[in-house]
Amino acid sequence: MVAQLLFFLLAIVAIAAALGMLIARNPVNSALWLVLNLFCIAGLYLTLNAQFIGIIQILVYAGAIMVLFLFVIMLLNLAELPRREDIDWKRGAAFILGMGVLAQLVYIVAMSFDVLPHPPAAQEAVATGSAQVLARALFTEYALPFEVIGLLLLVATIGAVMLAKRRFV
Amino acid sequence: MDLPLWATGLIGFLIINAMLVSASVLVYAERKVSGYIQNRPGPNRVGPFGFLQPFADVVKLIMKEDIAPRAASPFIHSLAPVLMVIIAMTVPAVIPFARGFVIADLDVSVLVVLALTSVSVYGVTLAGWSSNSKYSLLGGLRSSAQMISYELSMGLAVVSVVLIAGSLSLVDIVEDQASGWAILGWNVIRNPVGAMLFIITAFAETNRAPFDLPEAEQELVGGYHTEYSGMKFGMFFLAEYVNFFIASFIIVTLFFGGYLIPFEPLFAHVFYDNGLGWLLGVLQFFALLAKTAFFAFLFIWVRWTLPRFKYNQLMTIGWKYLLPIGIVNALVIALGVAVFEALGL
Repeated sequence: MVAQLLFFLLAIVAIAAALGMLIARNPVNSALWLVLNLFCIAGLYLTLNAQFIGIIQILVYAGAIMVLFLFVIMLLNLAELPRREDIDWKRGAAFILGMGVLAQLVYIVAMSFDVLPHPPAAQEAVATGSAQVLARALFTEYALPFEVIGLLLLVATIGAVMLAKRRFV
Repeated sequence: MDLPLWATGLIGFLIINAMLVSASVLVYAERKVSGYIQNRPGPNRVGPFGFLQPFADVVKLIMKEDIAPRAASPFIHSLAPVLMVIIAMTVPAVIPFARGFVIADLDVSVLVVLALTSVSVYGVTLAGWSSNSKYSLLGGLRSSAQMISYELSMGLAVVSVVLIAGSLSLVDIVEDQASGWAILGWNVIRNPVGAMLFIITAFAETNRAPFDLPEAEQELVGGYHTEYSGMKFGMFFLAEYVNFFIASFIIVTLFFGGYLIPFEPLFAHVFYDNGLGWLLGVLQFFALLAKTAFFAFLFIWVRWTLPRFKYNQLMTIGWKYLLPIGIVNALVIALGVAVFEALGL
């Protein structure tokens, strides 16, 4: 019960933050909305008992990547977009309601054909969310993709350094 | 430890208040130590030996008018100091204070500490940006660049500790250091390079001298908190002191045996036989506090001894020295752990 309430709370805040990120006219505010969104996603992971993924989400996305984004935004000193005065609230409300009805209809159709994924039980999530299980999967079953991703990231890093140096002819 | 929710809440309340008081003690200690280092008496007027000086400071800060620049972004301007204090106060939740006494015994508590450290940069950066002042902005930019650079080395130092302990839980890391004669099991003996690396990066992450470029008074007036006054400035002040106190806790927990008392296995059974396990817990807490106090003193000592780095020196140290040392150290420790496991030691 508490888990469900938490899920809906976090999901609503996550969606609101994502909308805020899209709507915000100021790039820094936009980035901050995204940070809030990432925190909510991390919270969702925690409600699934996937502590490792949840904390890594905060550490990597909110802590490292978004700080870098914010740093670049502040360094470029981007100007605020002009405020839009002509927001059509009727159209906005109609869009939200329409999407709500569509989501319900899709849900009912999907239910009747039984194609919805079944959420894993909490016990299963505990087994799959821990650092040990994740590491075992990464270094045995998915060792090759893992190494390939590592190589890709290395190539991207070298490329970034090359571009920054600008000495190529 | 399975406590009811209200008990956890009560302990959390006590620890938050203890942290607030510790900040005032540290402010007094800093002013007194800096006084003696500069051959002057330091505060000695308010109360006996000037003990009440920090409280006078707090009263002054609360009474002051809260002034915000007209061009500042009001919500973020107020959010930044609150963020700093909240993040600083969250870390004690995962620190083991004595055997079996930790508020949240997570499997990944080391990562929680790292995550909170990396998130705490938002407070400084946003304060710098939202003030809409060039000194503040420069301070905020410097701070985010510095924290991004030193986070990597800090992460690598933590990786070496995690490799030795074989666990991401702070409790397991402390208990892992219990083996060995007296203090030989401590990670500072088994992993001295990692310990040095972590202490240096802890100085950088807490923005303490010699890494205090974000608030370099001579160049940036007050750095990121130039445009703050009254209790909002007070919150930055509070967060700075709580932060380096917490950093001392983490240094002790990761490298200096946490709450372990040297020679503890020799006399621990005496306490347990007489049903005085709680007394041992209290002693462990005081052992942790004593070690932490030393590192808090180290933070103050270094601040009043070393001059500030230049910006290029800061980046050179972070990327060209600490990062390679961290990578090599993590590799060496990993090899060492593999060899020890293969030999069955």
